Order: sequence, then C-alpha cells, then structure tokens
Amino acid sequence: MTSPSLVGKNARRFTAPSVIPGFGLTFGYTLIYLGVIVLFPLATLIWQSSGLGLSGLYAIASEPRVAASLRTTFFISFAAAVVDLFFGLIVAWVLTRYDFPGRRLLDAFVDLPFALPTAVAGISLAALYSPNGWFGAPLADYDIKIAFTRWGILVALIFIGLPFVVRTVQPIISELEVELEEASATLGAGRLQTVIRVMLPPLAPALLTGFALAFARAIGEYGSVIFIAGNIAYVSEIAPLLIVVKLEQYDVPGATGIATIMLAISFAALLLINLVQAWSRRRFGHV
Amino acid sequence: MRDVSLDIQPGELVALLGPSGSGKTTLLRVIAGLNSPDRGRVLFDGENATNLPVQDRHVGMVFQNYALFKHMTVADNIGYGLRVRPRRTRPSRAAIKARVTELLQFVQLDGLGGRYPAQLSGGQRQRVALARALAIEPRVLLLDEPFGALDARVRKDLRRWLRDIHKQTGLTTVFVTHDQDEAMELADRVVVLNEGRIEQIGTPEELYDRPASPFVISFVGEAVALPVTIADGHVTFGGRELHIDTHGLRSGPARVFFRPADIAVAAEGSGDLEGRVESLRRTPAGVRATIAIDGYDQTLEIDSPLERSASLGGRVPLSLAKARIFPADENGDYVNAGDGI
Repeated sequence: MTSPSLVGKNARRFTAPSVIPGFGLTFGYTLIYLGVIVLFPLATLIWQSSGLGLSGLYAIASEPRVAASLRTTFFISFAAAVVDLFFGLIVAWVLTRYDFPGRRLLDAFVDLPFALPTAVAGISLAALYSPNGWFGAPLADYDIKIAFTRWGILVALIFIGLPFVVRTVQPIISELEVELEEASATLGAGRLQTVIRVMLPPLAPALLTGFALAFARAIGEYGSVIFIAGNIAYVSEIAPLLIVVKLEQYDVPGATGIATIMLAISFAALLLINLVQAWSRRRFGHV
Repeated sequence: MRDVSLDIQPGELVALLGPSGSGKTTLLRVIAGLNSPDRGRVLFDGENATNLPVQDRHVGMVFQNYALFKHMTVADNIGYGLRVRPRRTRPSRAAIKARVTELLQFVQLDGLGGRYPAQLSGGQRQRVALARALAIEPRVLLLDEPFGALDARVRKDLRRWLRDIHKQTGLTTVFVTHDQDEAMELADRVVVLNEGRIEQIGTPEELYDRPASPFVISFVGEAVALPVTIADGHVTFGGRELHIDTHGLRSGPARVFFRPADIAVAAEGSGDLEGRVESLRRTPAGVRATIAIDGYDQTLEIDSPLERSASLGGRVPLSLAKARIFPADENGDYVNAGDGI
C-alpha cells in the first residue's frame, strides 16, 4: 500500500507527471488563446445575431438569395475538397515516392496557394479562364465557360485547397514501407488490390484531415472567388460575399445572421468529418 | 552480382551467408521476382520464371521488418493471400477462415487472430509473417534476415522452431543471414557470398573443413592468416619451414590460414612456429596462454595442459594440427585452395 498522503496528492493532480515542467503555464496560455482569439469573437457573433432569434435566423436562411448563396458555398466547397482529395493524394504520392529531377522545386510549388494573397490567385485565374484568356479562349470554342460561372468558383477553391491535402498526407506516405507493397505482391495481389487494400487504409485518417482542412478553407474563401465568380445573385454568389454586401448596406443583423448560419453548418460538417475520422482511426489506426 | 549460379534442390534449407553489401538480399529478391536480373535466368522446377511477375511466382516471402499490414488483424494478415485471389480460384470465406485457424495453430498463435500487429511482440510478428507467407502454399519460402530484429533468446527459440517448420512442411527454403552461427546451425547447405560473387557452396561441414577461399575461412569462424612463401615445394614463414603439403601449388607468395584451435604448444625442439608467452591464466584443465607468434601482429589464446606450460615471457614452439594454404595467383589474389595439412 502506498501512503495515503501520496495517493491524495496524486489524485489531486490534473495530469500525469512529466519531465517537462510548465503544464500550468502552457495550459493557461491555451485557454486564454482559445478564449480570446477564437471563442470570444464567435460568441460576439452569436450575441450580435441573437437579437434575431431562431425565427429571425430561419427567415434569413430562407431568403432565396441567401439560401442560394449558402448552397453555392457549401456544395462547391465540398466538390472542391473532393477533387483536392484525389489530386492531392496523387501529388503527395508522386512527390514522396519517386525521385526525379526538380522534385524539390515542385514540392515547393505546392505551398504557393498558401503564400499567395488569394486576391492575386483570383485575378490570375480569372484572367486565364475568362473567355479571351489562355485557357478560357480554347474552352469557349467548345461552349465551355469557366470564369464568371460556378465552375470558376470550383477552380478557385480547388486551387486554394490542394496544399492542405498534399501536406497532411505526405508524411504518412513517406512512413509507408515499400515492403508492404512488395509483401502484397508476393502474396499474389494485383496492383489495384495492393493500392486499395494495403496502401489506402493507413492513409485514410490523414486523407480525411486533409479533406476537412480543404473543405473548411474553401467555405471561408473570399478573395480568390469574388474575382472569378462573376458574383451573379442566385447563381455564382458565395455566402461570404453576401455578408459583405449586407454590411455595405448597413444590414448588420442580416450579415451576422448569415455568418451564424455558416458557423453552424461548418461546425456540424467538421464535427461529422471528425467523427468519421475517429472511426477510421479506430479502424485503421493501428499504424 | 556477377556469375552467380545456384542450384537448390527441392525441400532443401539453404542459407545465403555474407557480410552486408555482399548481394545476398539482392539474390533473394531476384528469386522472389522483386528485382530483375540484367542477365541470367531464374528457373523454378526447370521452368523459366525470369519474366514471371512477382504475383505469379507463388513465393512465400518473409521480410526483415515483417512488413505486416498494420491496419489488419493477425487473421486478416494471414488470410490476405487467399482473399486477393481472383474469384475463380478464391476459397470460400469459411475455407479461408479454417485455413487461417489452422495456420495460427501451426505457428503457435492460437487465439491471437483478433489482435493487431502492434499488439504483438517481435517474435510473434515474425511468426505471423511466416504464417502469412505459408497461407498461399508457396513453391519456395524466402526469408530475409528472419531473426535480424530479435533479441538473442527469441532468436535461438525461433531458429529451432524454423527448423521444425521446415521439417514439417518440407518446403524448399532459402534464408538470408549475416550470422554464420545461424547459417551453420540451420541450413542443409550454405552459400557464402562476398562482393556479389559466390565464394563457396557447401554443407556446414564442408565450409568448416574445406573452405574454398581465404574469405570463407575468415568469415566462417575465426582464423589466423600468415603470409608465407612457397619455394621448391617448401613453405617458409619468417625463415622457418612449415610442414605443409605443397603438391601442385605454384611457387611464390601464399597465405596460410588456420583456426586458433588447431595450434598447440609443441614439444621442445619441434614445432612449426615460435611464439612468446604474453600472459598465463589457470583454467580447470590446464593453462590458457596468450601467445604472440613471431611475425603475426595479433595474439592467440592457446589452451595447453599443465606439464607443457611455459613461463611468462618465455618462448614456446608451436605446432599446427591443421591449416590451409592459398597461393597467390598472377593478380596477387589468394584464391585457389591447396589442401594444406
């Protein structure tokens, strides 16, 4: 039996003893940071819009122009994140698994969408895809319009979301041993089977994280989209733009109302992704 | 790898032995089909398998780090090779399950089928990897440093166990190792590799008793090398004649190799070599002397009975019971083996 005093002391401890001191300091900082920088502004937002009440929020959400913009934002963000998931995986795979001249340079390019002011990305994409741009002109011959349509939004959101998938998946791919593929092959599995049964499952949690990040980033994206979207009400107008429009018309409750709805949907979506991720970690996480 | 020619009999247990970088793993991977040779062929039962893809070779490969699928349970790992078969040849779910259970029993892991590889010890993982390879009923079993990552005790157990498995399955088995004890203890025949070449193929007895090259004699067990000269049928070392048969050997520089156990203190006035006693230690049976042989830069430990013991610092005659001589060829390489004593 240990002495009672020791048990008491341990029982009062908030965390396991660690060789690195400073739990109090860092934990305090974490709480203050999350409180002041993240939760307080969000609380203000909810407080601002609370005057509307649930019925008020519902009224805003069912306003046809708002509903259309919310649909545009969330659906296209989701689609962009799905596309990023596939291309990001391929890019990450190529950059980690193969060695070729210029690999490092290409690897550095992946981060450009992070670093670029999104407005710059929006302007250059708009220029490229506009009906007289380099990509837009040949596409226009086939009656395909990208810029100033919903497709333009999709292109912009794919562009800004790609690095999230690539960067989250890359380290996991580099940890995957080549022997796993070889073992699978010696056991008679074809290439596709090896990819689906052996290579992808360990990557699933990281892929979902990348997907969630790309999705979240796309929902909040403003700068690049407004240049290429054309911002046609009911068609290619995104919710963040509508917030700005409302603010410019001094309709603060309307703006915060849309913001609150976006917050709620984003939170629900990310929570769902997190749950799927937790499940996939349990399922595939014995890595 | 150069000029490698190796014929493995059905049911044989063969070790590929060599230092790191000798090409032993490469050779194993060529057999498995994971590396393709620039030239040459790989035959299975006389049938050319050189261009057969890995998937169709039906080799059971056990990797050095096991390469278990970490997101699958032990049972799923073992059944993997059966589950990925095309529908026509795939056994039913129940048959796969039965086979997995049988294999789990065979590798003494009953009841652990539901665990994940991360929850197993090194030795257990090794056995899962082996069961997984056996599940596809391979034509040959290939093991790359099968005991490399395990601690000494588990190694010993697994060695014996692998020998049993081989006896029970009768599978042609090739394993790679850098540990000569392991190779000698386990294998029917040992292939000694060095710098991409086969130095010798033989049973453990042959390798110990008739090593074909200086490399083999120094790699397989401890050996002392003395630079000697062959002239007119006589072998001389530092002015002394060694009584070694030089029949059919070319004259010139040569190397004499012997094992420390094959040298003993000789009677006064006889002996092939002479040395100085550096230290003496009493053992139950006699005396262990550390002796510096004249002209050899390291010391030897020699056990000798009490009555022959010399005094510290004194000179003692030494006689060679067994030695092998390798004369130099025109390139200065010591290759073609003489019989020695």
